[in-house]
Amino acid sequence: MSGAAAIAPAIAGHGRPLLQNRVLASLLIVAVIAIAATGFVAQAPNRLLSGHAVALWQVASPGMLTAMTVLAVGMLAACLAAPSRALHLAVAGAGAALLLATLAAAGGAAWRLSVGASPAARTSLGAGFWVLLFCAALMIVDALQRLRAGPGLRLVVAVAVVLAVAAIAATGRFDQLSIIREYANRRDVFAAALLRHVWLVVGSVLPALLIGMPLGIIALRRPALRTPLFSTLNLLQTVPSIALFGLLIAPLSALSAAVPSLRAIGVQGIGVAPALIALVLYALLPVVRNTYAGFAGVDGGVLESARGMGLAKRQIFWQVELPLSAPVLLAGLRIVTVQAIGLAVVAALIGAGGLGTFVWQGLGQDAVDLVLLGAVPAILLALAADFLLQILTAFIRRKVSP
Amino acid sequence: MIEIDGLIKAYGPRRVVDGVSLAIGRGEICVLIGPSGCGKSTTLKMINRLIPITAGTIRVDGQDVTQLPVERLRRGIGYAIQSIGLFPHWSVEDNIATVPRLLRWPEARIRDRVTELLELLRLDPEEYRRKRPQQLSGGQQQRVGVARALAGDPDVLLMDEPFGALDPITRGALQQEVIRIQRATGKTIVFVTHDIDEALRLASTIAIMRDGRLVQHASPVELLERPADDFVRDFIGRSEIGLKLLSVRKVGDRARLNGTAIGEPIDAGATLRDALAQMIAQGTQVLPVRDGDGETGRSLALGDIVT
Repeated sequence: MSGAAAIAPAIAGHGRPLLQNRVLASLLIVAVIAIAATGFVAQAPNRLLSGHAVALWQVASPGMLTAMTVLAVGMLAACLAAPSRALHLAVAGAGAALLLATLAAAGGAAWRLSVGASPAARTSLGAGFWVLLFCAALMIVDALQRLRAGPGLRLVVAVAVVLAVAAIAATGRFDQLSIIREYANRRDVFAAALLRHVWLVVGSVLPALLIGMPLGIIALRRPALRTPLFSTLNLLQTVPSIALFGLLIAPLSALSAAVPSLRAIGVQGIGVAPALIALVLYALLPVVRNTYAGFAGVDGGVLESARGMGLAKRQIFWQVELPLSAPVLLAGLRIVTVQAIGLAVVAALIGAGGLGTFVWQGLGQDAVDLVLLGAVPAILLALAADFLLQILTAFIRRKVSP
Repeated sequence: MIEIDGLIKAYGPRRVVDGVSLAIGRGEICVLIGPSGCGKSTTLKMINRLIPITAGTIRVDGQDVTQLPVERLRRGIGYAIQSIGLFPHWSVEDNIATVPRLLRWPEARIRDRVTELLELLRLDPEEYRRKRPQQLSGGQQQRVGVARALAGDPDVLLMDEPFGALDPITRGALQQEVIRIQRATGKTIVFVTHDIDEALRLASTIAIMRDGRLVQHASPVELLERPADDFVRDFIGRSEIGLKLLSVRKVGDRARLNGTAIGEPIDAGATLRDALAQMIAQGTQVLPVRDGDGETGRSLALGDIVT
């Protein structure tokens, strides 16, 4: 026995792989290939023409290149070192530094390339930039995963990164990038579009919750209605979004023409009304399904003892069923919110406004950076909503379950 | 305390409880027992109206249960079940405080009551009151479940196979707790089980049910001595009836005024089973008997056990 016990650690020590963190190593390799093989930014004579690729080492300052190299070497060393909390924290920090360096390098590149170029010339973000940014973000996420970071630490890291990016932006470092120049041209409408986008999402998710949660509970309490309800909602979900937006134009136009009071509050074939209706319809299935699953998942013994002790139906709902199904309900809210943020981009097609306006304008003009001015904020909005709801879910899950 | 009269529960044409009449006295532990599907749980759940009554009446303390608002009825009757059903998102303290809060007791009184009940169930109040149910073992959870059922100080306690999912040692310990608590508080307990040994250990009276009907309602001794029919005889274990009798009969009932025995005396309140075990252990056929007043004027011989 003692012999085997003595041998075991020796075998483990002998068998210790050289590479301790394969994820980090893979991300490093991908990042290096992206820098070597693709353009970091693209330089074009004006906003409509596609430009020529410029590599990172051609436009980055020597200081920036040195800093990035030091980060890369440090992370390579981290791939080989024995894992520990301190190491994961260091990798998360290095990932954040790489993310900020990538953004700063892109902004710096645009300033350098603008020197002596015509005022119409544009510097767009290239494939190398996006891959590097993506790798840096994944390094942070993976390090936090290895740390088993709770919702609190994740929130702190996210806020710190956002604040740092905002600080760099405040120095004007990004101002020569094409996407920021598109923003500068539309500064007056951008805030309104962003606000409209958020409003479309909130204005569809809230009604979907108000309609969907009671439907989910009805599906639970009345088994006979379950199948027809879910079949209908499933069918709705399969209609392509552009088709649904289009299909709503005719009936809503007719309704608007027939009922003047509806027209007075802005119900028309195109615009916000059909967009909200379509977004609500899409949100219903996840809301109903998660409400049903959440309430059905509440332990039968818990409900029986609650009834047996004399809690009224209303008290059982608010004090037992709702809190115990909250994690599943919040997961549904997350799905629906992220989905609505994406679908609301499409809703701009029928005149609902929002960030989609820039996307469709950009596609029409063949101006990629204008498309990005709509798409990137929409993606960031979705990531932020997903992240915040995820943290809320984790927080509530801790409170209500083992 | 509880009078059940002509109780019927029907689902369509099928009667799962069919004309049960049963009177349970104040301070009794009445055990409902029978094979699966005999209607014992259904009968229990009609007392606090978790299952609606089809016909017949149930009176608790003279009051027809269907005449009270259902929540008020249930808040006045303790309820403990096999799956325990503690609220996982509440602390042990909040779980026990459920009914007192529904009854709007002042917070200070609720806190004292929780402390008192945790002590009654032998759980250290300071260690356990803040814990979550999932941090407790199965036996500890059911102790909290019983404490929660007692919290509103109900006169009647309904227990539906409360210890069925526990291991034999934990189950035995909790059975002792039920007997002790019942003696200390004088509660009337209706207890459902399918375990005849659990029934014999706990019961003042045992009600055996079969196919929705009450077959026999009697004290454990009477049930063993005079089973009503072959079904009862089989259910309590035909070949072991003699041995089971030893565990319900008391030494005091068989001892004689004959003070010649020597050796370690046995309490008059002990069972004949205990006496037999002691005789075997000591290699003797006669034991001195110690009565309640400490006198050992009587004795018990092997022959007194058998006949």
